[in-house]
Amino acid sequence: MTQALAAKTALPRLLEGLADGPLVTLERHHAVHGPMPSPQELDRAELVELIADCALRGRGGAAFPVARKMRAVAAARGRPILVANGCESEPLSGKDALLLRELPHLVLDGATLVARAIGAQRVILAVKHSAPERALLERALAERAARAFDDVSFEVFAGAATFIAGQETAVVSQINGGPALPTFQPPRVSERGVGRRPTLVQNVETLAHIALIARHGSDWHNAIGSTNEPGSTLVTVVCAGGTRSVFEIAYGTRLDDVLAAARVDTAAIGGLLLGGYFGTWLPTSVAGELRLSHEELRRCDASLGCGVIAALPASACPVAETVRVSAYLASQSAGQCGPCVHGSSAIARRLEAASRGSAGTLAFEDVRRWTLEIQDRGACHHPTGLGRFVGSALRTFRREFEDHARHGPCAACTAKAMLT
Amino acid sequence: MRGLHGKGDVDVRLRCNPIECDGHGLCAELFPERIRLDDWGYPVIADEPIPRDLEQHARRAADACPTLALSLEP
Ligand SMILES: Cc1cc2nc3c(=O)[nH]c(=O)nc-3n(C[C@H](O)[C@H](O)[C@H](O)COP(=O)(O)O)c2cc1C
Ligand code: SF4
Ligand code: SF4
Repeated sequence: MTQALAAKTALPRLLEGLADGPLVTLERHHAVHGPMPSPQELDRAELVELIADCALRGRGGAAFPVARKMRAVAAARGRPILVANGCESEPLSGKDALLLRELPHLVLDGATLVARAIGAQRVILAVKHSAPERALLERALAERAARAFDDVSFEVFAGAATFIAGQETAVVSQINGGPALPTFQPPRVSERGVGRRPTLVQNVETLAHIALIARHGSDWHNAIGSTNEPGSTLVTVVCAGGTRSVFEIAYGTRLDDVLAAARVDTAAIGGLLLGGYFGTWLPTSVAGELRLSHEELRRCDASLGCGVIAALPASACPVAETVRVSAYLASQSAGQCGPCVHGSSAIARRLEAASRGSAGTLAFEDVRRWTLEIQDRGACHHPTGLGRFVGSALRTFRREFEDHARHGPCAACTAKAMLT
Repeated sequence: MRGLHGKGDVDVRLRCNPIECDGHGLCAELFPERIRLDDWGYPVIADEPIPRDLEQHARRAADACPTLALSLEP
């Protein structure tokens, strides 16, 4: 059915119409995006094919191919359940909250379409209990229910607001009445998740993209972006003082173009963090060459993760910022896995001591070794993400770390924190 | 190692469930060929398939783990 729509292929796509205010009513949503395709217009198998043709990857951080996950869940035994992950536990990210607050119907359309495609009847929208978006989401659902709009049933689940609570097995555990802690896989949630049923967990941005793919088709989707990674994605740019803004960019966009859009003066920044707290620090010098696609980023051992790009001003201290984020991450280890518990606290403590000038430069060798040692040794990605963050900081800011180890805190160490 | 065995053979791998593991370190004693302990006494398992002649050792380590954290997976 893919309407060879004359819809414009350029940006914005997800954020279309937002300049004139949030799309919280169905009326405005439909005025901007048109109606969601009916089951007659788009059959179940067709949507999965479309998504595969778009090479769509999840936007929650792990960038896993969506069609593959949908097929696995649809093929598992029992009627599946869809969980829309809107927890957005990454403290620097703001894109999921923006979607839930201002574009709830795009997310809900995507959820309905995906639920239909995998044969799910029940959709659970997981958000932080503290999220102000909860009420807005309930209102959007009420409007849809009043019009008997969806052929699936929605429920909002309010979960814990800790860092690891948004990890998919932790979300499923909470919905099942358990603690907000990750569980060991297997069993995978795609086989046995909510109520022991096959469960598909997708990030809310992923679902919003699907709402548009279902309307406009894969040719439309693939008209922008890079060859291997077509389409657009949301990024949260964090600037001096911690101000955050969400942008929609095509994959393959140059990093310095994104920074320019956010009015970041690249001459005045001292480092770039790509991917948030689990991300990779890169020197500012890469901004001119680097294009934001998984392929290019992998070459410098980075990834977009959940789309956070932080531009640290030259006036801030990268050492102090790194020490604070590692202490936070160590505090958020769920205390279940030995290498994560001991490794992350050892890393955070030793990094802090060395940066204070009381452990010597050799302490960084221990830290570096531990960041590698804990990779892939937890039930979840937490120790791997922490190791990547700290390891990349030591690489990128080697001189700054050594200066701190020799001479103690610098003048910028006491400046207001930007990342925490 | 894949491909060296006869038809139908599958390489096995040792996997540790880090939530269950208490760091007793018994496994490293029983299977030093593939398991060492980290600075905190938790096992680091070599990321390579286990050849046929070592499979018995791997199985013994898995069976001896007091928390049943180790498993042999195809
Ligand atoms: C510690 C941790 C926290 C996470 N928090 C979130 C989150 O808040 N929201 C989210 O969508 N994914 C989060 N993820 C990723 C999820 O586990 C999962 O990969 C994702 O929800 C799948 O959806 P996607 O394939 O559409 O990205 C987290 C992962 C980890 C390791
Ligand atoms: S790796 Fe760390 S955060 Fe993840 S489940 Fe284990 S202890 Fe918890
Ligand atoms: S024997 Fe079991 S509990 Fe002890 S270290 Fe090995 S895997 Fe962990």
